[in-house]
Formats: sequence, C-alpha cells, structure tokens
Amino acid sequence: MRDRLNRLALNIVAALLAALFAGAVTSLILWLRGDSPSFVISQMWHYGTQPSSEVTILNSATVYYLSALAVAIGFRMNLFNIGVDGQYRLAAMLAGAFGGAVALPNGLHQIAIIVVAMLVGASWAGLVAVLKVTRGVSEVISSIMLNFIATGLIAYLMRPTILGHRSGANDITTEPIPKSGQVPGVNLISSAGTKVYGLIFLAIGMGVLFHIVVNHTRFGFDLRATGRSSSAAQTSGVSVKKMIVITLLLSGAMAGLVGMPALLGDSHSYSSITFQTGLGFTGIAIALLGRNNPVGIAFAAVLWAFLDQSAQILDINNIPKEIVQITQGVVVLSVVIAYELVRRAALARQQRRVGRALAAPAPGMEGAPA
Amino acid sequence: MPAVELHGITKRFPGVVANHDIDIVVQRGHVHAIVGENGAGKSTLMKTLYGMHKPDEGTIVVNGKQVSFSSPADAIAAGIGMVHQHFMLADNLTVLENIVLGSEPTHAGVLDVRTARAKINEISAAYGLDIDPNELVETLGVGARQRVEICKVLYRGARILILDEPTAVLVPQEVDELFANLRELKSEGLTVLFISHKLDEVLAVADEITVIRRGTTVRTVLPKEVTAHQLAELMVGSELPVPELRESTVTDIAELTVEDLTVRSQDGRAVVDDVSFVIHKGEIVGLAGVEGNGQAELVEAIMGLRAAESGRVLLGDRDISRWQTRQRRERGMAYIPEDRQRNGLLLEAPLWENRILGHQTQRPNVRGFWIDGAGAKKDTRRLVAEFDVRTPGVDVEAASLSGGNQQKFIVGREMSGAPSLLIASHPTRGVDVGAQAAIWDHLRNARAAGLAVLLISADLDELIGMSDTLRVILRGRLVGEVDPRTVTPEQLGAAMTGAAAAEEKAS
Repeated sequence: MRDRLNRLALNIVAALLAALFAGAVTSLILWLRGDSPSFVISQMWHYGTQPSSEVTILNSATVYYLSALAVAIGFRMNLFNIGVDGQYRLAAMLAGAFGGAVALPNGLHQIAIIVVAMLVGASWAGLVAVLKVTRGVSEVISSIMLNFIATGLIAYLMRPTILGHRSGANDITTEPIPKSGQVPGVNLISSAGTKVYGLIFLAIGMGVLFHIVVNHTRFGFDLRATGRSSSAAQTSGVSVKKMIVITLLLSGAMAGLVGMPALLGDSHSYSSITFQTGLGFTGIAIALLGRNNPVGIAFAAVLWAFLDQSAQILDINNIPKEIVQITQGVVVLSVVIAYELVRRAALARQQRRVGRALAAPAPGMEGAPA
Repeated sequence: MPAVELHGITKRFPGVVANHDIDIVVQRGHVHAIVGENGAGKSTLMKTLYGMHKPDEGTIVVNGKQVSFSSPADAIAAGIGMVHQHFMLADNLTVLENIVLGSEPTHAGVLDVRTARAKINEISAAYGLDIDPNELVETLGVGARQRVEICKVLYRGARILILDEPTAVLVPQEVDELFANLRELKSEGLTVLFISHKLDEVLAVADEITVIRRGTTVRTVLPKEVTAHQLAELMVGSELPVPELRESTVTDIAELTVEDLTVRSQDGRAVVDDVSFVIHKGEIVGLAGVEGNGQAELVEAIMGLRAAESGRVLLGDRDISRWQTRQRRERGMAYIPEDRQRNGLLLEAPLWENRILGHQTQRPNVRGFWIDGAGAKKDTRRLVAEFDVRTPGVDVEAASLSGGNQQKFIVGREMSGAPSLLIASHPTRGVDVGAQAAIWDHLRNARAAGLAVLLISADLDELIGMSDTLRVILRGRLVGEVDPRTVTPEQLGAAMTGAAAAEEKAS
C-alpha cells in the first residue's frame, strides 16, 4: 500500500515537472522570438478562464476524454489502436445518417443513435482484430490504413445520391437529426451564455466504468495481465486471441462515442468540416499524458483543451498560436520519459526496501539483482 | 607469478552486497574452479573480473600488474576472455563468421577469409577443438557451439578463460569432451576459471577449488583433499538435502493418460512423435531428455497451450484434448513453467495479483464477476507463510523477490486449490539449496496426498531421486523406460543421447 501511494505521488510530481519543463521550453522559444513569456502566459490565462472559454474547454475536453479512453483500453493490453480516428469518423457519419433517417420517441432515439455509433466503431476496429488474430497483421499498420479507407468510404457515402444532404451551397451533411434525437446542453457555467454538451455526463460515466471494469473485474484482470506479459497470461489460461478481439471491439465502441457529444449536442448532422481528422491522435497523446488512468486522463484532457482554447487569443497579439503545439508536444515527450524514470526509481527503491527487510532475519540473503 | 589475483573485492548493488572480501589467487596453467550455490555471487565476481562492472573495493592483479577494467574490451586487451552460459552465436552465420564477428581481419577493406580460416584451423588443431570454420552454426549441436564460443575467445588472444557454468547445457558425454579440451588448454599454458555448482565435475577437472558462500570466499582447497560431500557442505554451510522418495504411494488410478500424441512444429516436423504414457495418482513420472527433444512441446500440448495434431489427452477418464487451458486449470491441472519470469509471473504486479494468475476464475480470488482483492491477499499471506517465501509483504512486486523466492511462490500457488495433476518443468532450476529442499518436500507431501506429477528436469540426480517412473524422450519419441532405483546418472545420460536406449529398456 505504501509503495502504491508513493508511486502515485511520484507520478503526480513527474507529470507536474513535465508540464513545468514544457512551459520552460515554450517560454524559451517565445523569448528567442522576442516575445515576453510572462505576457503571453498572462494573456492565455486571462482568456482561457473567461466563462465562454471555459465552456469551450469543457466541451473539447469531453471529446478528448472519450478519445483517450478508447486509446487507453488498448494501451492497457499493449495494443496500439491508432485507428480511433477512422473509427470515430465513420461511426459519427453513419450514426448521424441513421439518426436523421429514423423517427423514434425522445429518449429512445438518442440511445439508438449512440448504440449505432458504438456498433460501427466496434466493427471497424473488429476488422483490425480479425486481421491480427487470423493473419498476424500488426494492429498499428492495419488500423492506420483503415483510417484512410474510412476517409474514402465516408467521402463516397456522403455523395448526395447516397447518404449526403446538400444543406448549403458547398456544405454537404447527413440528414439533420430531429429534436427527438438531440441531447440538449447543460447550463454548468451560467454566465457564459453557451452550454456544455449534455453528453459530458456520458463521458464521466465511461471513465467510472473504465475504472471499475479494468481494476475490479475478472475481465479487467485478464486484460492487465495480458498487457503486462502476454506469455504469462497465456500460460495462466487467458486466451490471448480472444482478449485481443474483445479489447479492440471495446476500444472501437468507445471510439464510436467520440463524435456523439458534438453530433447530438451541437451540429445535429455529420459533415467532414465539423468532424475533422486528428481527434484520435490527440487521444493517443492524452492517454499517454494521463497514464491510461481515467482520472489522469481527465486532467490531461482538460489541460489539452485549455491550451487549445487559450491559444486562440495569441493571433490577436501577433504571436502564432501554433506555439501551444510545441508545449503539447514537449509535455507528452517529457512525461513519457518522466513516468519511465519514476517506474525504475520506484522498483529500485522497493528492491532496496525488500533487501533491508529481509537482511535482518536472513543475513546475507542470496544474490545480486540481475 | 599467478595469472590472476583478486584481493578484498567488494561489490554492492542497491540493497544487497553481492560480493565482499573476496580473495582468490589463480595460478597460471591451472583450471581453477569457483563453486557456490546459485546466488552465492559467482557470476557477479566473474563479471567484475571481465570488466562488466567495477568493484566498489579491492584490487585485481593480472599477470603481476594491477589493473582496472572499465569495459570487457579492457579485459580482452589484458588477455581475459569469457564464455557465457548462454551462447551468443548467430545461427545463420558460419562458424568462421561468428568467430571473427567484431574483430574481422580485413584486407583492403574486405573480410580476409583466408587469414581468418588459417588462424581458426590453427587454434582448433592446437587445442583439439575440432571445429570446421565453414559450417553453419545452426547445424551444430550444443557441445560444438560451446567449442565455437571457446575458439572465439581464443581468437581474440585470451590467455585466461572464464567459463560460466559451461556444463549446464551439456550431457555427460559432452562434458567429458569439454574436459579434454580444458586439459589441452592447460597444457598449452592457458589458465581457466571454471564456474560451476556441479561438484563431481569440479573434482574431476580442477587443480584448485575456491568455495564461495553468501558473497564471500570461504576456502580454497585442492581436489584430492576433499570429497564432493565435504565440498557441498562448505558451499551450503550446513547439511545437504537429498532428492529421494521413501515408500511408494503409486495407486492404480490413472490421473493423466496421454495417447498417441503428435505435435508438429510450424515447418511440419514432428516435435512430439506418437507419445503415450500414463501417470497414476500418487505417482511422479520423470521425463529425462536433452533440452530441445520435445519436452517443452509435450508439456504445452498437455496444458492446452499448443495444438496437438493427433492423439488424446485424458484427465481421469475425461477426454480433455479439445479443452482450453483455463478449463484444464479449473479441473485441477497445475503447471510450474520452465521459464518462471516469462510464463509464471507478472513481474511488475504485486504478489497478491500474481496469486490470482492461473486461478482467475476460482475462489478465493474472485467472487463471480469480481476480483476479490481481500480474499486474494489473505490467501497470499497463507501461501507466503506456508511456502516460506521471503518477502516483507504481499503488496511487493514479484520482480523484487530473489529467484528462489519467486520459484517457491510459484510452487505454492500451483499447489493451491487442491490440484490433481502437477506438471513441474525444472521446478528447482536456479534456486538455492534451501529452497530446493523445500520444493522437494512439497512435492513429496503432495504425492503422498495423491497428486500425480510429471517432472521434467535437467538435474539428473533430481530426476532419478524424485521419480517413481522414469521415461526418456529423444527427438520427440519416448525411447525407453528406466528404473530410477537402479539407474546411474551416466546410464541415464547415455540413454538421453540415444547411445544405450536399447539396453536400458526395462519393460
């Protein structure tokens, strides 16, 4: 227990240090450009904490959170689902088209759309799983290829003769979802004037579910065991192939949810302009930053969204807002290094402690650590 | 002038002192054996001498000159070479290419094969190594590979050779060949440091023997002054455990029946070839064979980890041939895997989670769908106490335990939940004498309680002493059955290589 608390504290310190380091690197670059880092930071902080900004931050964080959870499910089993991006877009598009095409009572309509999105995401990820367990294709390769195929497939399906719907001169969307299928926003920040996605609660619920399933169920144990050592898991009776399939299906289903807050809460129809590529990749970075832990990911998602939003002010001051991408990149790189250092330090510390504890009853216990 | 002198060597690792106050003097032209239990600090010491790490205290003198090595390259330059326990050869290269790898003689930038071949042939002839530089390494047997490793070291000009547990992978006949090579080296004035814990071998080949216990040198003796038993007691510092079974507990109830089992490797070779045998309740069946003769595949097929091509496996009278590993485990099959770190443990998980491993569907670890952390922890505490696993607690990660304690933990875990069949692959490999005695005790007790055991081991004394029935596997086939009450390790070794299979056949 003490070890685990120690390690938790060390990890938090590591994450904070990585964030400070990223801030320092960003400041250095600003300073080299001739800008004042303190001015930029105070501008960003001021703008980022405006009520309307806070709503935007919560909304993007909701989406990032779901995307990172989708990635984290795979990571916990050492599976690298790079295909969250394609899974989420295809799911949003087909779920949007479905929602616009059917007439269902309020309540059922939203649930049906969400279920369709999860099924589409899971099926697209299922292709990756099938390729991996039957043909041994690396999930990294197949999922990234399927991202491109998803882009092509969406473009084809969005033709007006198929599922597309011409909503403006140049804008093609799916058929809009009627009121019965929409999820209204919630007034979390009253002075903002805009509302937070209602599905923020779905995201929170998914985080709780993730924690319970991974840490407290038999399935979660098998998942973590496979991630730590697939050979030991196999020997213990886990069917690793089955676990790969289930995990990728779950990851894909979660990816299917990524588009839902915006689809049901804001745009009400799919268009390739609102649902851009890249969200799945942001999810990878946030999952890494949050150590694949649902609480850690929540903080990471909010931080990421804050940086995105507060940077919007920089253009006005003639500072390229892409500067925050440097911050984001450095923070992920340094945090990965920091976590690894913490892991090693904690293990060495524990080994020393074990050595000390055993030295008393059994002097000269055996051997050197390999 | 001695070839190597080590004085007051102390090496600390975080939390443990691996070596302290080591004093050894090795005469030139001697085979000097360093013996000690696993974990006594032999390998740490040899790594110090080979420059793989620096000692914290003490001096190293080579040929009368004090030296300080910061890398193996320095040690090689001083004429010290090391042959590791695990061979470091590239299978798809020839013997010549393996030997010159890293110190290639070149002529105008091109590998000078002619010079290299001449030099290798010269070395091979001088020391009776009998190797052909043109052969592919993948076609060589274990003994020949070892000679290639020795040649590699000599090629680099070593005059002092460190051999780390060289006989661990050899059968008795190959050991004799190795010893003949060592005598050749000695007669040419080379010095050999021979690390081992096999005492008969040490007594046969060494000129002097230094015993290491708990990280320090206990005594240096001459082989004619001591018996193997005295040497062993010096090593352990106390009385020795003996692998032996008392009265027979074998019943006539078949627990495991293997019928005509054939397993093919990916290239279609039959690695387990038409194997049939029965293990009764209360019986330990030993399986003797040189490593790589199908034991691993046979075990994996019995555990459901590898698909069999044909044949049946029965547990009691149920045909389990098509069952998943988990189902087999749930019905009472337990398994101590050969490679505990790869297949037996989650190194970075706490002990109580490792207790769950392999019993993920069984109480007290789970309650229905849920992991029962409290139940698993409580049972882990029982296991730690009962099986004498030295650990400060059950939240400690498996990686923090020593190898012997990891193994005791695995044995305890696999014995939990009242199994009816245990497959024990090298259950005492790499553990100290104390843990070895404890593991044997547990096997004996479980056998008396009616457990059926399949025992696989490279330690022939263990196999002979702990088996009710002993079978020999060669190239995937069961080639004979020997009586463990009368067979000697030499006869068993001969049967394992196929030399005397016909004579040894008893039934």
